[in-house]
Amino acid sequence: MKKAKASKFFAKNSQLLIPLIAILLLVIFNLLRDPSFFSIGISANNRGDPVLQGNLVSILNGASELVILSMGMTLVTAAAGGQDISVGALAAIAGSVFVKVLKGGEVTGPMVLVAFLACCAVAMVFGAFNGSLVSFFRIQPMIATLILFTCGRSIAYWINGGATPTLESPIINAIGSFIPGIPIPTPILIVIVMGILFGLAFRFTTLSLYVQTVGINQGAARLNGVNTVGIKLLSFVILGVCCAVAGMIGVSRLGLINHETLLINIEMDAILAVAIGGNNLGGGKFKLLGSVLGAYAIQMLTITLYAMKVPSTDVKAYKAVVIIILVAMGSPVVKNNMSRFWKKFKRNHPAGEKEVA
Amino acid sequence: MKSISGNGTLRRREPLTDSQLLLFITIGIFAVMYVLAMIILGGGYLKPQMLFDLLNDNAYLIIISCGLTMVMITGSIDISVGGVTALVAMVGVMILNGNISLFNGIISTLGLSEEWRIVFALLTALLIGLAFGAVQGFLIAHLQIQPFIITLAGMFFARGMITIVSVDPQKAPQELMDILQTRIEIPWLGSSNNRGVSIPARMEIGVVIALVILVLVFFLLRRRKLGRCFYAVGGNQQSALMLGVNVRKTRFMAHLLSGLLSGVAGFVFMMHTGAGNATNATAAEMNAIASSIIGGTLLTGGVGSVVGTFFGVLTLSTIKSIVTTSGLRDPWWQSITTGAMLCLFILLQSVVLMRRNRAKDTIKERGKKET
Amino acid sequence: MQDDVVLTMRGICKYFPGVKALENVDFTLRKGTIHALMGENGAGKSTLIKVLTGVYPMDGGEIRIDGVEDAIVIRSPQDAQSYGISTVYQEITLCPNLTVAENMFIGRSPKGRVDWKQMEKRSGELLQKLGIPARPRQQLGNCSLAVQQMVAIARAVDTDCKVLILDEPTSSLDDKEVEMLFTLMRQLKESGVGIIFVTHFLEQVYAVSDQITVLRNGQLVGEYEVRELPQVKLVEKMIGKDLEDLSSIKKKESDAGEEFYGAQGLSSSESRPFDFHIGKGEVNGFTGLLGSGRSESVRAIFGADPVTGGTVKVNGKKVKIAKPLDAMKQGIGYLPEDRKRDGIIADLSVRENIILALQVIKGIRHPISRAKAEEFADEYIKALAIKTASSDTPVGSLSGGNQQKVILARWLLTHPQYLILDEPTRGIDVGTKTEIQKLVLQLAEEGKSITFISSEIEEMLRTCSRLIVMRDRNIVGELKGEELTQERVMRTIAGGGE
Repeated sequence: MKKAKASKFFAKNSQLLIPLIAILLLVIFNLLRDPSFFSIGISANNRGDPVLQGNLVSILNGASELVILSMGMTLVTAAAGGQDISVGALAAIAGSVFVKVLKGGEVTGPMVLVAFLACCAVAMVFGAFNGSLVSFFRIQPMIATLILFTCGRSIAYWINGGATPTLESPIINAIGSFIPGIPIPTPILIVIVMGILFGLAFRFTTLSLYVQTVGINQGAARLNGVNTVGIKLLSFVILGVCCAVAGMIGVSRLGLINHETLLINIEMDAILAVAIGGNNLGGGKFKLLGSVLGAYAIQMLTITLYAMKVPSTDVKAYKAVVIIILVAMGSPVVKNNMSRFWKKFKRNHPAGEKEVA
Repeated sequence: MKSISGNGTLRRREPLTDSQLLLFITIGIFAVMYVLAMIILGGGYLKPQMLFDLLNDNAYLIIISCGLTMVMITGSIDISVGGVTALVAMVGVMILNGNISLFNGIISTLGLSEEWRIVFALLTALLIGLAFGAVQGFLIAHLQIQPFIITLAGMFFARGMITIVSVDPQKAPQELMDILQTRIEIPWLGSSNNRGVSIPARMEIGVVIALVILVLVFFLLRRRKLGRCFYAVGGNQQSALMLGVNVRKTRFMAHLLSGLLSGVAGFVFMMHTGAGNATNATAAEMNAIASSIIGGTLLTGGVGSVVGTFFGVLTLSTIKSIVTTSGLRDPWWQSITTGAMLCLFILLQSVVLMRRNRAKDTIKERGKKET
Repeated sequence: MQDDVVLTMRGICKYFPGVKALENVDFTLRKGTIHALMGENGAGKSTLIKVLTGVYPMDGGEIRIDGVEDAIVIRSPQDAQSYGISTVYQEITLCPNLTVAENMFIGRSPKGRVDWKQMEKRSGELLQKLGIPARPRQQLGNCSLAVQQMVAIARAVDTDCKVLILDEPTSSLDDKEVEMLFTLMRQLKESGVGIIFVTHFLEQVYAVSDQITVLRNGQLVGEYEVRELPQVKLVEKMIGKDLEDLSSIKKKESDAGEEFYGAQGLSSSESRPFDFHIGKGEVNGFTGLLGSGRSESVRAIFGADPVTGGTVKVNGKKVKIAKPLDAMKQGIGYLPEDRKRDGIIADLSVRENIILALQVIKGIRHPISRAKAEEFADEYIKALAIKTASSDTPVGSLSGGNQQKVILARWLLTHPQYLILDEPTRGIDVGTKTEIQKLVLQLAEEGKSITFISSEIEEMLRTCSRLIVMRDRNIVGELKGEELTQERVMRTIAGGGE
């Protein structure tokens, strides 16, 4: 009985184990390699404001879009049992809309708000498009979102009439890098806000319960009155909002929209973050925190590789190796074999004691 | 005994299987599209060379898609194919132009002629493909890790390896390329240009390789036990196990073959372009998936055919060529129309799938009822 | 091993977390005999079959088969097949996307090449010989379920088998098809095959079997010659002596109060139009053979399948019940027939499973607080004596009976006025069965309406004051009071004279 309890406790929290171990290993590795890796300093940026700097800051900052997307991706994965591969494309569309609205006139506070709402709305519509393919037409999420994946970036290109317009404004700069007077990069603050919003949504609605119910057993969910179609649709719409926010951050960082390169390949990283976070890619139970940690682990790996002077184009290969090792560790077969080995070890161990006694 | 045989009522024409139905839809749409292009756009579409150009440009895609179709029939997916193709092309070119010293050594010690480089390139291509297939197949079939993640990592690895192998674009030496780019001329399908000189239709060797592979895979899927096991595993993994199919081996083999074919595709790609480049075969995996889907392969597994996939590749490339020739010159139209076509096909399939699912549900319902 | 024995299983044990599915079970099969394996739901029949066919590894015991010197180890269905053990499962385990001929031959030949002509010819002959109305080139998914079942049998028969296991093969077949199957079974018996026949239908056992082995709660009760075991005795052996406990269940014999729910011409995508009403404090039941439409009817009441017509009144007021949520808002609860598929959310905790229905009624914007949820869960874990480590335990790890109690708790928490229980006692231990029946009567006492469905007519007779009998998707009779005897129910189900 005790053993069962212990193993259950382990099973319940083991989800966060893999991303935590990954982060821990990376931290140890970096400390051994170069203890100054984690030093944080304050320096003045080009406008003279004091800002935080250092690898840790750039990890947290650089992971912002990924974290936001992987939060939304977690919901979609849990509810629909599949992944949205169009998030990068959708973020590019949202970013294009954001720029398109602001390009019309002077960049003012209210205009930025309007632009943000507009790109949110557009992203939500596209999210709903993906969502309705998945929920009404029962198409696998990966296939349904393949459509937007194929043509999303072209749509983004088309929105701005084939140009890659730039935006220059202190407000955009504030969104993309620092708000004057605050030494923390704004994207990190946006992530915190998004995290709080998700937290509030889980606290004050039953979203989390419904999403998991639908993901685990759709038939039973329906018989218990849960609107399964609606929940799936909703999860895609929420992911749409995440794409809009990520797109806005991405655009604001550079001050321009490049439909080809904005958040390129991020869908892959976001799915990985969800997987490394210990969430079942087949849907069901999820832990948002797992995905968030997973996202930071990925970013940390990337930055570590950069710090080791690995060319940015080669990073992928190393990342792939780490990912394979991580998921192989989490594989049910490997786990079973390990636990069988563990049991055998335990069985042999007390037997040995008896003999001694 | 006799009373039960409702043979009389059941002896009607054999209804199409799901695979056949989707295949016919695809061939039909392709034919209609091509004929419309001939009528409306005329010009190039009236010449057979147009078709050969499509084939020449997409020979590698046909090969990848054949492998991917097998994987998809087993209900799995392989996203690494594009990356492996590009990696193989890069390594192949570097063997040809002597930038990999290992092979220079072998050739000089054995006193082989320069042409042997092609053989080494081919062998290396097959080896790389097999290695990717074997590792991914093992992780997916034996460790039961989700194929998407594994092959995604495979893609990252392959793409990353390209730049590790060489950051700079590589070019194969012309004399070897001349051998590789030998074209088969078919005079009777040729056409005459505006000066009245007749130009034979030209087909690259890669197309021949692609077509041979197509036929081989067709027979594998149709006539070999392994091929039928692909379908069984994709149809219902649990049932397949009960029917005595070695599910693990079947899934492993599908990925192994897909890897192998990616290797071949890389070689064919190299034959076509003669250049090694980090951006080679970009988005090839997505084009291959799209081709397979358009060709009637269901991602849920169990349904699909390489003939359909072949037409899928043709349909996809024809759409792209039509968009460019029909004056929609803005760069975005190509992929937007591709997306729209994809949407159409996916919706079409979903209707077929739903119909099948409904039948399955009733079976399940009735099956459940007994206990 | 005796000469005529083809298969012996000795001391077979199989444990699942928290459940002893099989304990020390022996089983012997002789050549050229049909051996029925009997037992109630959850007795361990299926588990024994799955151990024999290598689906589950066994935790103890040995298996010997004719022609092999040592005890054999069966690790997979392929292993079983190589020893000459073929199985036809109750749920069809064929591939719907392949043709009939392929389904009969795939996975059998070691050859790499597939000879379609030969395969189609042979399967055509076999289908003809067995009188199966299917064509070799037909896609299996397009065949009726009965035909699919027969194809599975044809496949099993065609492999060179010594032992043929038929796991509930008749449940989806009609009488004629059953008769044909029996002819086939006798034919095979003549040729020396040992057949293990698992079924629920007593008459069928007596129609074809030579021996009977009875299991109860994972243990062997005994092996008997059919001739020497009258039907009544068999039932006794299967049910055991828990009857005393059951006798404490006393149903209310008074007439029902005013009508709570009434439907006229109600129909759904799965059920034909029917009229139905239930009063407050009434327990009624739907009975009929499998596939008679009893489950479909109650699903229509709950709106579980798309409702296609009819008028519904709750408490005398006309209401619209198109989907489960509508029914729930009217105070109707539904415990589905298939607990695993439609009931539990396996990976979620007991607590989340218990509050689910109440939470849905409250709506997405009014989550039940953690503290409140724990309070509810603990209350019902105690009230229904749910055996679980904590309210945080995933419900999937509980035993069948406890899972069923969790679903019951889920609905009780919503304080329903009308509770539909479809097979609430299926596949759970006798003790829990009794508890559930008592609970049903207690709820009726409190003025709740209950619709109770069970395959075991005894249970229905014990609890229901009115029985609605269905046959071929139509209501064919309504029994109450004095009419509620086993014989009368059987006759109504069977229909016609006699």
